[in-house]
Amino acid sequence: MTYTIEGNTGSWEVVVGLEVHAQVITQSKLFSGAATAFGAAPNSQVSFVDAAFPGMLPVVNAEAVAQAVRTGLGLRAHINLVSRFDRKNYFYADLPSGYQISQFEKPIVGAGVIEIELADGSTKQIGVTRLHLEQDAGKSLHDQHPAKSYVDLNRSGVALMEIVSEPDIRSPEEAGAYVKKLRAILRYLGTCDGNMEEGSLRADVNVSVRKHGEPYRTRCEIKNVNSVRFVMQAVEAEAARQVDLWESGGTVQQETRLFDSARGVTRPMRSKEDAHDYRYFPDPDLLPLVLDEAWVADLASKLPELPDEKRARFIADLGLTPYDAGVLVADQAAAAYFETVAKGRDAKQAANWIMGDLFAVLNRTGHSIEDSPVPAPALGQLLDLIADSTINGKIAKSVFEAMVETGDGPEAIVAARGLRQVTDTGAIDAAVDAVLAANPDKVADYKAGKDKMFGFFVGQIMKSLAGKGNPALVNASLKQRLG
Amino acid sequence: MSLDPATVRRIAKLARIRVDEAQVPQLQAELNGILGWIEQLNEVNVDGVEPLTGGLTMAAPLRVDAVTDGGIAEAVLANAPDRADDYFAVPKVVE
Amino acid sequence: MISLSLAQARAALRARQMSARELTTAYLGAIEALNPQLNAYVLVTPEVALAHADAADAALARGAARPLTGIPLAIKDLFCTKGTRTTAGSKILENFVPPYESTVTANLLRDGAVFLGKANLDEFAMGSSNMTSAFGAVANPWTRLGDNRPLVPGGSSGGSAAAVAAHLALGATATDTGGSIRQPASFCGIVGIKPTYGRCSRWGVVAFASSLDQAGPLARTVEDAAILLGSMAGHDPKDSTSANVPVPDFAAACARGVKGLRIGVPREYRSDGMPPEIEALWLQGQQWLREQGATIVDVSLPHTKYALATYYIVAPAEASSNLARYDGVRFGLRVDGGDLGELYENTRAAGFGAEVKRRVLIGTYVLSAGYYDAYNLKAQKVRALILKDFTDAFEHCDALLTPTAPSAAFGQGEKMDDPVTMYLNDVFTVPANMAGTPGLSVPAGLDAQGLPLGLQVLGRPFDEETVFAVGAALERAAGFSAVPRILAK
Ligand SMILES: [Mg+2]
Ligand SMILES: [Zn+2]
Repeated sequence: MTYTIEGNTGSWEVVVGLEVHAQVITQSKLFSGAATAFGAAPNSQVSFVDAAFPGMLPVVNAEAVAQAVRTGLGLRAHINLVSRFDRKNYFYADLPSGYQISQFEKPIVGAGVIEIELADGSTKQIGVTRLHLEQDAGKSLHDQHPAKSYVDLNRSGVALMEIVSEPDIRSPEEAGAYVKKLRAILRYLGTCDGNMEEGSLRADVNVSVRKHGEPYRTRCEIKNVNSVRFVMQAVEAEAARQVDLWESGGTVQQETRLFDSARGVTRPMRSKEDAHDYRYFPDPDLLPLVLDEAWVADLASKLPELPDEKRARFIADLGLTPYDAGVLVADQAAAAYFETVAKGRDAKQAANWIMGDLFAVLNRTGHSIEDSPVPAPALGQLLDLIADSTINGKIAKSVFEAMVETGDGPEAIVAARGLRQVTDTGAIDAAVDAVLAANPDKVADYKAGKDKMFGFFVGQIMKSLAGKGNPALVNASLKQRLG
Repeated sequence: MSLDPATVRRIAKLARIRVDEAQVPQLQAELNGILGWIEQLNEVNVDGVEPLTGGLTMAAPLRVDAVTDGGIAEAVLANAPDRADDYFAVPKVVE
Repeated sequence: MISLSLAQARAALRARQMSARELTTAYLGAIEALNPQLNAYVLVTPEVALAHADAADAALARGAARPLTGIPLAIKDLFCTKGTRTTAGSKILENFVPPYESTVTANLLRDGAVFLGKANLDEFAMGSSNMTSAFGAVANPWTRLGDNRPLVPGGSSGGSAAAVAAHLALGATATDTGGSIRQPASFCGIVGIKPTYGRCSRWGVVAFASSLDQAGPLARTVEDAAILLGSMAGHDPKDSTSANVPVPDFAAACARGVKGLRIGVPREYRSDGMPPEIEALWLQGQQWLREQGATIVDVSLPHTKYALATYYIVAPAEASSNLARYDGVRFGLRVDGGDLGELYENTRAAGFGAEVKRRVLIGTYVLSAGYYDAYNLKAQKVRALILKDFTDAFEHCDALLTPTAPSAAFGQGEKMDDPVTMYLNDVFTVPANMAGTPGLSVPAGLDAQGLPLGLQVLGRPFDEETVFAVGAALERAAGFSAVPRILAK
């Protein structure tokens, strides 16, 4: 199921590499003590360093370094004990110093890998080229005044990790899966909140196309794509554009483009620098970043369990299918919810309830799993009531709905509504007898070989017991009477 | 290596310094004079030498992650040639 | 009163023989009389000075004297001073009022100093003559015998040096990227020290070339310079390149003497074109130190010749990036244009002077794609060799003795024909910036035209104490007491 674009001249392969900018979770900025919180009043989280006033100097935030190392470890990447900050020089309204402090030649993290899971259940390894630390720019607002842009430097200097992938991605689906997986890893690590709406995670998508077996052709970079869906759409749209261009005798120009999500197309950026010449050189205000090996080892020892490990454990120890395990670990909160429910219970049953009933309710009510109307311990209690035969599975569904509506625990609902299972064999036998007596023709049919009449009888008996009959006892009684 | 007029114009553009056409020949001569004099470094054998990039050969100090700055929008904006409310204002930038 | 040294004035203040207000008022009067002629100050701040002086008098009355209580100083206009305009000698900052105080000036204020005003300088500290200031040239208080034409004070700290030499301040802050403290000290007949890179914080000092810039004092005596450096220096967590080492008692080191010290004389500093008077003074200096018990040793700094060319890659490259922030958006001059790009180009064309533009363009070029390795990487490697030269030389000696500058002060407008001729002024001072080592210039004699000449002492990193000891020994032997004629009037 390789992804190809069928053109007039044959089929084309898509080649994608991603540069993801992830905002590092820290209290203060990469090189200054100003705050990083989202949504503050304009220029209220700006120090003179962030605004590049004369004589201001950067000092490295230790936590930003630790977060980058944690992320590198989470990507199973090489940690460079000596790295360096370089200046990337260009003029822009929201780049106060005229250069971005980044890491060019010697990044803090080298090569790593991300394993993505695809809809058909297969997995694929996507290479990570490098991860480096750099500062974010400020933000320009273009819609406040007819002739002016307004500049807010609150973001200026916030720590970013730029995570660069190898061009190993071959379809929109893989691109989406890569971003999702990377985001899950960052969230597990607590190094980036992954909030794409607030810009905490942005992807630059590099797309080219080629005929099978060809070397790479010219790529275009689609800047700042801010949702997983848009990443997938941007790959699709850009690849189609390039195929059309090549096939109509044109040539793809290396350029930066923007994805217009309203129209579903990419377009060239108009304002990009005439000449790209960033004049990188080591920042003379900063000395080399030197990490202590023992400190890195300590961070490694304190790393949380990551999605891949958790998924493997759910499969091996808890008996989940790879698909179910994958769905549950994709979101750290869902995995934690599942673990609470599954502890000491039937894990497969817990997974089914969460992925079925619970996810449906969350979808319907717009809640996240963190503020689920049914907390994990309550769902656990519900499963306990099924397990100890207090209620049957069917009644459990209605108890669950009542839990969503009322917020009450399952025991209270079962008690208040009299939903306890009928296990009194006398009452069951009586109900069986009454149903059989009322349907002599159907009894005759059954005896004549119409086996499926059995189900009809069960339904009628359960109905007369208001759904509360113990299914096993009802079956046993019925079987006995029908001989 | 010697600069031609086009290169003088290109680096002036990169440096965002307007250079009028009439200034180009003199700038070209001055810059080439300096660059020609710098050529003497070609005499130096630097095989196997590790570059020295800074004034000190130690490691960058790290600071504790705490909010110790900011909240000074008025001071940050006080010198601005053009401000609009609490923003710096510039001629409209088209993306 | 204004002829006292800093150490003498400090004693007189503490003995309550005069008040800080009296001393400050005397200096403000001298500035009023001579500054129109010298242009050493770009801004005089009498209100600030008198407020500082009154605070000093109050402290003295309380018996709470700090090392510089009541001492009037000139502040090079490269140091940001909170609430006081700071221009870096550039039109692009002509209206900039910093909302913060540089660490070095804050240290001086902590120690009780009085700020008289902001001293003129070459624009963004780029120059060796003070001819590049947007606020006009500075005249050296010294003139040639029988010739009243104005001479340059050297640069870039020319205003600071002229102010100290003309008794318009007891001392001054200065900065040295390629010789900007030592060469003006030599031209103006005063003492200046560029300490080890990392000794003084660069925070709040308008940057020229970050890996070379170092702040230091200008003063009339070696001891005065030591007292000032003691207050200016110290670790600053806001500057990542600030060294976390203790500040020794520099002033005490001045009295150490040189007995038993090995003083290296680098043979590569002997150039064919060296004026005989400077060569003679250098030999005289060696003799003075020998007479006080030092041993003179011949040493080699083989890459000396290449230091200046290396400097003219490294410094412009860093400057081109450091000066990118002057874009007309957040502070400073703005010259509008049709769009943001034109605004940048117009602002920077109008705001920067010719020398700054030249260096920014050179720096942009040597960093640009395809040239980085040929220029910048090569320069970094030669820089490593220069550092190794010094490291090797200091295996054999405790300090080095050289001339400070290849000439005495020259006339305003001279050496302006081509930039390289001007650059050659720094040939003896630049190697110490490349290596980060401390260097001091001490006035040692007059040339035939009656102009002061300085000798330079270079030391091991963070061993300013030996540098001061050697400088004080030269000062004692030279007995330099000449003053510019402007003071005799
Ligand atoms: Mg990118
Ligand atoms: Zn980036």
